[in-house]
This record gives sequence, structure tokens and C-alpha cells, in this order.
Amino acid sequence: MADDAPQTPVAPATVPEVVRELTTRFGDVAFTWQPTLGGVPTVWVPASRLKEILRFLKKEVPKPYSMLLDLHGVDERLRVHREGFPKVAGPGTHDFTVFYHLLSIDRDIATHGGGDIRIKIALVGDTPHVPSITGLWPNANWYERETWDMFGIVFDGHPNLRRILLPPTWEGHALRKDYPARATEFDPYQLDALKTDMEQEALRFNPEEWGMKRHSENEDFMFLNLGPNHPSAHGAFRIVLQLDGEEILDCVPDIGYHHRGAEKMGERQSWHTYIPYTDRIDYLGGVMNELPYVMAIEKLAGIQVPDRVKVVRIMMSEFFRITSHLLFYGTYAQDLGMMSPVFYMFTDRQKAYDVIEAVTGFRMHPAWFRIGGLAMDLPKGWEKNVRTFLDWMKPRLREYERAMVNNGIIRARTIDVAKYDSAAAIDWGVTGAGLRATGVNYDLRKARPYSGFEQFEFEVPLAANGDCYDRLTVRAEEIRQSCRIIEQCLNNMPAGPYKADHPLTCPPPKERTLHDIETLITHFLGVSWGPVMPAGETYFAIEATKGLNSYYCTSDGSTMSYRTRIRTPSFPHLQMIPYIIRGQMVPDLIALLASIDFVMADVDR
Amino acid sequence: MSAIAAWFTPEVIAVLIGMVKAVVILLVVIIASAWMIWVERRLLGLWQDRWGPNRVWWLGIGQVVADMVKIFMKEDWIPKFVDKPVFILAPAIAMVMTLLAFAVIPIAPGWRIIDLNVGVLFFLAVLSLSAYAVMLGGWASNSKYALFGGVRAAAQMLSYEVFMGLAMMGVVIQAGSFSFDTIVEAQTGLWYVVPQFLGFILFLLATIAATHRAPFDIPEAEQELTAGFHTEYSGMKFGMFFVAEYISITLMSALVVTLFFGGWHGPLLPPVVWFCLKTGLFMCFFILLRAALARPRYDQFMESGWKVMLPLALLNVLVTGGIVVALAAH
Repeated sequence: MADDAPQTPVAPATVPEVVRELTTRFGDVAFTWQPTLGGVPTVWVPASRLKEILRFLKKEVPKPYSMLLDLHGVDERLRVHREGFPKVAGPGTHDFTVFYHLLSIDRDIATHGGGDIRIKIALVGDTPHVPSITGLWPNANWYERETWDMFGIVFDGHPNLRRILLPPTWEGHALRKDYPARATEFDPYQLDALKTDMEQEALRFNPEEWGMKRHSENEDFMFLNLGPNHPSAHGAFRIVLQLDGEEILDCVPDIGYHHRGAEKMGERQSWHTYIPYTDRIDYLGGVMNELPYVMAIEKLAGIQVPDRVKVVRIMMSEFFRITSHLLFYGTYAQDLGMMSPVFYMFTDRQKAYDVIEAVTGFRMHPAWFRIGGLAMDLPKGWEKNVRTFLDWMKPRLREYERAMVNNGIIRARTIDVAKYDSAAAIDWGVTGAGLRATGVNYDLRKARPYSGFEQFEFEVPLAANGDCYDRLTVRAEEIRQSCRIIEQCLNNMPAGPYKADHPLTCPPPKERTLHDIETLITHFLGVSWGPVMPAGETYFAIEATKGLNSYYCTSDGSTMSYRTRIRTPSFPHLQMIPYIIRGQMVPDLIALLASIDFVMADVDR
Repeated sequence: MSAIAAWFTPEVIAVLIGMVKAVVILLVVIIASAWMIWVERRLLGLWQDRWGPNRVWWLGIGQVVADMVKIFMKEDWIPKFVDKPVFILAPAIAMVMTLLAFAVIPIAPGWRIIDLNVGVLFFLAVLSLSAYAVMLGGWASNSKYALFGGVRAAAQMLSYEVFMGLAMMGVVIQAGSFSFDTIVEAQTGLWYVVPQFLGFILFLLATIAATHRAPFDIPEAEQELTAGFHTEYSGMKFGMFFVAEYISITLMSALVVTLFFGGWHGPLLPPVVWFCLKTGLFMCFFILLRAALARPRYDQFMESGWKVMLPLALLNVLVTGGIVVALAAH
């Protein structure tokens, strides 16, 4: 169990370069360097110097950390293992933490994964205050709102600190440790007519709250609710548009309608039983969602998975990249008024799901990866199914390009529409195809190859213009590259076990359980409680269907996660909408929404 | 008896026959248009690798009847916030105006409701009126999406009507008449699609816009405006807009055939069969367009209407007129 594993977090002998740079520049600041298992250099800084230090990292260091990848909080009040925590000044205790995860794309590409840094600040008291960094990164806005929403941490200087995922009428801060996770711990929920009216009234858009004017000198503006139910909103997503005719002057995306408390659930599901929840984060991503989670936990447990597991994981994940991209491809055409393609692409998805079903037993949400391996081995004859799919898919892709991507109306609707450049994309935290469409060659499968991606030959499709059309062509080509990867998996599938031989593998390998008592006990605990993970912080990021998806899990040495932070790509992508679409027309917004390729579950979690 | 017989002077009999013809033509048009819904769904199914409605009767041909029964049974709900009289009037205008335009279409020799010597102008006038249906429906709904649909419809109408009328003028100049009968007669030897090919293309584009069909379904634009001008409509009022759209497709196909494809002219088969065949072909073409193309943004549509189609239509009128005058001078 925990004490078997060699994972007491130890500071590596070599200090990361960025920590050296920080100490050189801020010699007077008391940094605390926290060792973690995730491979992310983690540095505690005093809240008073936060903005200065972040500005230094964003603007002054060589190969700067220009992207704010993640920002959130942790309620530390019940945390037992506090190794590497700084001493807080004054009489209070260290109650909350806010962390800032920065990414340097240049460093990441140069050192295969050395581009992360996590800055943490320790906070004291029930309603701590933190300086807002919205002036430094525009995408800090929503992250800070969410942190306030979930933890009640106040960000001083935030332009509009209000709830984002939970309704405006909500009471309490849901990710606090004293906030119950189960419905049975509350009074029964009742929605009477009065409450319905009140809730609806609370959702009424009030332009003044967002610093918008209701009219200019000569005309009144129209405020149009696009969503939460709208054919092109791709889920329960609402954007309030400030319109002059059909020109969008400004807009306010409103999210949270799909929020299901996935991160809170992580704190009360065992490490093992949380896997099915991850499937439903990006609900088109299937097993691809499980990958960053199980790999983060494997880092925590110190599990090395066999080669066969790695390759099967890649193969199944790429299948889901194809199905997700095909849905994007079809609905993209649909949103531009082209009726037929979506039917063809659903046929293709059906063929892919046939293979997925034959392998995993499920279609959309297989919950098939396990900590330390897979649920089962590949079935007999899987090669034939995979081969049939590949033979089917490739000619279809050529056809789609001729009929759809090269279509004159599609081009007229998308070229130079909803454009942004690389600098803006990085500033707003855009990852995935949306970033590569601006010409940034950043794909985690190449930049920091995981699960054996370094063994594969494939290209990272790029475009230069950063408009809706480029986001289409990049993803269209990614489908072809995924087919290539799957083909390589098919031709080079290693033999061997589908589960790691490690006590924390879950469910544990059963072969030796009845032969010696140690294995029997381990097996019994692993199956009844679920595995007990060693204390520590772990992190894993992958190139998911929609961009960079990562899990940052904190273990306090128990059967459940102490804090599960899921960084999803769609969240910052939606935040960027007003920046991109101002001055364009309603149909352009529809094209933009189609080209972002988001699902609301991936935004709201 | 003889007193009653005396009532039936030849004039009265002619009127009665005319009325019967009108009723027959209108009924056939409405039924054909309604069945086109089934044809469309089956054809789209064929092109999109799926079945389409295939359960009710033979090949699913009874689907339309089932749908009609359903839509008649549905609650015809009028939202509280609408401008009620106009809201009710709008779908009626849509139906009536498209049907009215059929009055001047010659279906076969002697088979038409009326031969106006200003048939083409009558058609254009009625078509303009039918655009009011969409605008009024959008306006009276008092809802933002419907309003957008109405405004877009008005903008679209302004853009296509001008070059639509001009595109027809080439044919009018060649035939030397505004009467559809004369135009069809004049195509005995050569269909106007050959000498008036540019006019045909322009007119065809305009007809798609006039029917508000994909790719020019800009006032409805499901993905942008949910349902555009008919967002607030339900029950039979929605049904009337819906059927009016299909009648309008039938009308426009009939018109393309009349103006450019020799109307009822054709070898061997009876004229009415030729007319129906050609019209049916164009109706299928409308469906094919819907299956194949994406929707341009409405400013792009307007831009091409004013900057490309209109000059081309003017050029067509100029060249046709010049050639006709030059030939007459010889």
C-alpha cells in the first residue's frame, strides 16, 4: 500500500531553471519550493509580491511563460499532509491556496515538458483577499470568478467578480470542504412558482452590470439572448448579444447551465470509481478523458504501465479524436446551413463506434482505462475491425474535402471570419486546433510525448490565418493523422499484459492473491476500499480532442482525492468569444461557435 | 326546364368552365405542393444515405396525409404578446398570394385560369405582395428572432426582385409580349434557355431567393435565428407558411419552365405531361440545392445581388434589346 510505494515527494537534485531565475531576480522574496509528483515546479510566493512575480514570468524571463493555463483554489483546512507548505505570517492558519499554472510553449517544446510552473499563494481566514491578475492575463477573469464562486476567495481589482458556474441566487461556495457534496445532506429541493419566478428574474440580463449602454446617441441597441436553448449553441450555453442591427457590438457569454460538480465529485469518489465521471467531462472524448486522469494517478502511485497498455490507450484515444472531430466536421457544415455532411459523418462515427464497442463494450463513455492498465485485453479479431474502419474512412475524407472544405460558400463564410492571431490565442489560453490554426506548432503529443507518442510518425497540421476556415482545415487534417496513428498501432501492437504488475493497479492483478498473504491483503483492500494513494500532488496534461486537458490531483494519503482540478480546454475558448466577435455579424458568431468545437460539459464540468 | 336551360347561355357556360378549371388547377397545385414535402424528404434521404419517411402506405407516400391530420389537430396557439390581426393575416397572405400567381401560368394549350396581356407584370406584383407575408409575420410576432427574420426578408426581397424582373425582360423583349401564353407560343422552335442563357441563370437564382429556400433561406436560417420569421407560429398557421413555401417552389419551377423551357412544348407526350415533367424536374433541382449547399451570409447575398446580378441583368437586357432592334432593322 502507501508505504510500499517509493513516492515520498523528494525534491530532485537539480533545481529547475525557472526557480533559479526567480531567486536571482527576486533575491529578497522568501520562496518556498514544494516538491510534487506531477513534475511541475511548484513555488509558493507571498501574495503581496504575486503580481510582480507573475509579470516577471510573463514578460521578462527569457522564453516567457506567456500562457495562463490554469488558476484555481484549494481548501487546505482539512489537509493532513502539509509537507512543503510555507509558514504563514501572523496568528492564522493556512486555510486556502490559490494556484496559478503558467505555461511556456517555447520551453515546453525545447525541453519536452519543462514549460510548466505553478505559483501558489497561501491564504489565511474565511474570506481571504487576493490581488486580481486580470490586467496581466485577460483569461484570468473567468478563472478568478470561478475560484470566487467555488471557494469564496475575493479577487481585489477584478472588474466583475460574480458567480459563473452556479446560479446568481446560490448560497455558499461549493468546493469548500464544509460544503456538503450530497443532496441528502440538504433539505429537499423544491421549485415552486414563486421560486421559479425569482430564479428566472435573477437570470434577466442587465446591461449596466456589464458596463454596457442600452442605447447610443441615435439608436437603441437590441439585447438578444442566444441560448441557453439555441440550435447552434452546442448545448446549454447562453450568449447575450448587444446588437446594432445584426452587428455584434459586444456580448457576454453565460456558462454554468451544464455544471455538475465534477470536481466536487472527485473528492468523494474513490480513485478508481471516479474514472466514469471523467468520461463525461468532454462527453465526445470518451476514453481520451480518462487518459490524463489515470496517467496522473499512475504518476502518484509510481506505476509504469506495460507497452501494450500504452499503445492500446493511444489507439482508442485516437479513435475518439476521430469521432469527436467528425462531429465537429458535420455540425460545422450544419451551422453554416449545409444540411447533408452531418449525416455522412454520423455514418462514419457509427463505424468508429462499432469498433469502440467491440473493444470496450461501450460506445460513448466506455470508462475503460484503469489505474495501471485497461479494463480488459483487446478482443480476438480486433485487427479486422480496425482495418475495416481505416479502409472506410480514408476515401471519405477526400470526398469531404472536395464537397465541403473547398465549397465556395463555405469559404466565403469562414475565410477571414472570427480571426485571432497567435499572441491573442496564447494570451487567452487557447490550446488545441484553435492555437495551431494561428500557426503555433504546439501539440502535446509532440511537445511532451506521453504514453509512447514519441514512437509514432505523424504530422501536426498547422495553418497561418487563425480564422474559422483554418480551424476547419486543421481539424480535417487531424482526422487523417489520427488514422495514421491508428494504423501504426495496428501494425505494431506489442504483446504483453494489459495491466501493470503493481499493488496499486486497480483492480489489482489477481494471479498471486491466493499464494501469499501480502498480495491477498493488498488485493482485498484495493477491491473493497479502492487503492490508497500516497500523499502528494500530481499532474498530467494531454492533447485532448479540443485542446489541452489536464488533471491536477492532490492526494492526502487516502482512498479519495483531496482536490481534483480539471483543466478543460473549452473553458478559456468560450471566454474569448467577445474578444473575437466584436464588430462582426450574428452569422459570423455562429461560424465562430462551430469552429471552436466545444461541448458545454467540457466548459462547466 | 327550358327556363333554367335558358340561363346557360354560352357566356355563362364559359364562366363555369373557367371556374372549374381554376378550382382544378388550384387543387392540383396544392396537392402537388403538399406531396412535394414527401418527395423532398425521400430525396434528401436518398442523398444523405438514410431512408426518409417510408412507413405510411406504399413508399411512405401517405406521410403527407398523416402530417396534415396531425397539424390540423394541433393546438393553434397565439402567444399573448403578438399583434393578433396581423399575426393571423400573415400566413393567409403567404398562401393566397402564391396561389394567385398561378392564375397566369399556362399549363397546356387552353389550360390556364386567365391570359393577362400583362401576365409577367401581374406575377411580379403578386410576388412582391407575397414577401409581405414574411415581413408582417416577423413583425407581428413581436419577438426578436422573428423580427430579424422579417428584416432579413425585406432586405432579401429588395435585392432579388430588381434583378429578377430584369432577368425576365430579356424573354419579354424576344417574345415581344408580357403575356405568358405568347411567350410559350414563341418558344415553339427554340426554347429561350438557349438565347437567354444568362437571363435563365439570373432568374433561377432569384427564384431560389424568392422561395426562401436553402441556400437562400436567410429569413429562416434555422442555425442563426432558430426559425426566423415563423418562430412564434404553431399549428395550422405554421402549416400554411410551410405549404406556401412548397407552393412557391412549384410556382417558381412552373415559371422557369414557362419562360425558358418552352412551357408545355415537347414531342410525343401530351402538353400537360410535358409541363408537369419539366416542372417536377425543377422542383427536384430545388431539393438538390438544399442538400448540397451552405447558406451565404445575408450581406454577401445582398452584395452579389446588387453588385453582380443587377449589372449582369442590365447587360442582358441591353444586349437582347440591341440584337432585337438590329434584327428588326434588317
